[in-house]
Order: sequence, then structure tokens, then C-alpha cells
Amino acid sequence: MPGTDLVLHEEEFTKIRDVISRLRTECNAKVVFLVDKNGQQIAANGELNAIDTTALASLAAGNVAATDSLARLIGEKEFSVLFHEGERDNLHISVVGGRVILVVIFDERSSLGLVRLRVKKGSSELAGILDVMLKKSASPRKAAAGGSPFAEITDEDIDKLFSD
Amino acid sequence: MTFINYAAREINCKIVYYGPGLGGKTTNIKYVYEKTNPNSKGKLISLATETDRTLFFDFLPLDLGEIRGFRTRFHLYTVPGQVFYDASRKLILKGVDGIVFVADSQAARMEANLESLRNLDLNLKEQGYDLRSIPYVLQLNKRDLPSALPVEEMKRQLVRKGEPVFDAVAAKGTGVFETLKTIAKMVLLELRKGR
Repeated sequence: MPGTDLVLHEEEFTKIRDVISRLRTECNAKVVFLVDKNGQQIAANGELNAIDTTALASLAAGNVAATDSLARLIGEKEFSVLFHEGERDNLHISVVGGRVILVVIFDERSSLGLVRLRVKKGSSELAGILDVMLKKSASPRKAAAGGSPFAEITDEDIDKLFSD
Repeated sequence: MTFINYAAREINCKIVYYGPGLGGKTTNIKYVYEKTNPNSKGKLISLATETDRTLFFDFLPLDLGEIRGFRTRFHLYTVPGQVFYDASRKLILKGVDGIVFVADSQAARMEANLESLRNLDLNLKEQGYDLRSIPYVLQLNKRDLPSALPVEEMKRQLVRKGEPVFDAVAAKGTGVFETLKTIAKMVLLELRKGR
């Protein structure tokens, strides 16, 4: 949907944060991570200190984009779940609501079966919240948060960013 | 497609460097990476072949500071320039907010520039974008080479809509930040319009 910015408001952010935090506990996972399909991080929960979350978001999105194209090449609509197994940590990647990517990082304290089960449940909840978020994003920005803070950006504001 | 996060008070924008193979897209991003304050940049990710040709993309997150209380972040991507990587190029254009076209000034590469530009136009259209309306900057790279075509000749063949044009020698950093600042500014001004 070119031309429509993705806008995340406090209300949906809190809901998303609650869902992924609960999901992490239920999965017994190290990290649960939500990324827009374009590679922008939406929310994250867990042991984030050791991870470059911005890079993770971009690579997860690249991974899903490439896999989606592979799927279409062989006549599939999509591969809705990707699983990468490592020596210690594993990566479970799934697409939620066709628009965002849910990444779960887990080790031997959890299992693929448990993660799959919980992700399935959490995904439908997340899809509902995302629906609201997308509808709000598509509506004029003014209506959403009492006026857009960006309508007033001046050339000076922008020049200041590059002043150093 | 800018991502505005009111909860974290962040604006995230995506800029893609496009152009023919070996034109200097990765060199642009590497120079930005080297010259940027460590606090303002993330890790530079390069998905490249063993011979350092871009295979999928390069990625560099930049933090430009605050604007109206929002942290302004730019995600810079390059596409693989080689003709046969077209499927990858399409993927990287998804959600793009601004494009830098890095043209190779060598006379022998003009045909490659034109082909890449046609390819950009086509790939944008496929995603529902229009080169004429998206923030767009043209960079004429490798101006220091003896075989470089005159600037006026390059402009005549490559300018599409009166876009800003910058001379560059990306390997030495000439023109790199001027190009980046201009495209970033154009993207932010687009945000002001609110679309």
C-alpha cells in the first residue's frame, strides 16, 4: 500500500506489548519480536541486550520477503512459518495478518511444538490489534492524535538535524 | 512508507540506493558508515558474495536526532545492481520513502545506467509507486575518472523530472553526504504534507 504511512499509537502499542510479553512467558522463549514486513521494528520483549534489534528486524524482513518470492515461484501463496534451528538458539518466524512478522527466539528450555502452539494463539490476537492500527494509519492523521506533529515541521527543523 | 511510532516517539524512513552494478551504491553507504558518529549509527549489514558483490542488500540504520520531539531514523538500503538480481531489487523497494540513483559516469557504463533507470521505473510501477512523485535524487558518481562523460551530457540522458543532481566520487566521500542530506530532507518534507 504505497503512500500510506504506518502509524503506531500508544493504545495499540500497549496492547501489542502485553501480548508479546505474555507470549514470551507462555513460550518460555528468550525473545519475542514484532517487525513490519518492510523491516521496521514494532515491539520487542525479552533478553534484548545481546541482540542488535535493528539489524534483526531488517534481516527477518529480508528473509520473509525472499521466502515469499520463493513460495510464489513454486506456486505456493506463502510459507507462513520459517524455522531455523541452531546449536543453542532457534528462530521461529511467522507472518501475522499478512502484514507483520513475529519472531520468537528460544533455546532448549522450550520446544518447537510449544512455540508453534502459542504463536498460533497469539497471532490471532495480534492480527486483531494490527487491523485497528492499519485502519487508523489509513485515516487522516489529524483524526488520530489531535493533530499531526509533522504538519508544522519547518525547513529550519530539518536543517538542524544536519547541523553537525 | 514511513513508520511513525507515537508510543516510542520515533519516525522511521527508508531510503534505497539504486543503480547499475559496480556504480558505487555500497561505497556510498560504507562512506556514510565510516564518517558517522558511533552513537548515531547501527551495524552495517552487507549481504554480499565472496567477491564483495552485493547479493541481496546492504543495510545501515542512521539516527539523525530529534525533530519535534520525535527521534528521526533513516534506514539506508542498497540494491544489488547486477541485472540478474531483479527479483531481489523488487523486494528491497517495498516500503521505500526516497531513492538515490547512483549513476556511473564512465562513458562505457551509460547504457547500463539507462537500463537500470528503466528497471527502477518499472519496478516502482509494479509496487504502485511513481518515479515522478517519490522523493528522488540523482548522483553522478566516479567524476574523477578520465573516461567520465561531461556532466551536461549525463544530465541530458538521465534526468527524469528536474531532480537534484550531485557530482560525486564516493570512494573519496565527495558528494556522499550532500546526496544523503538532500534525499533525507525531501523525505521529511513529504512527511510534512501528511499525504
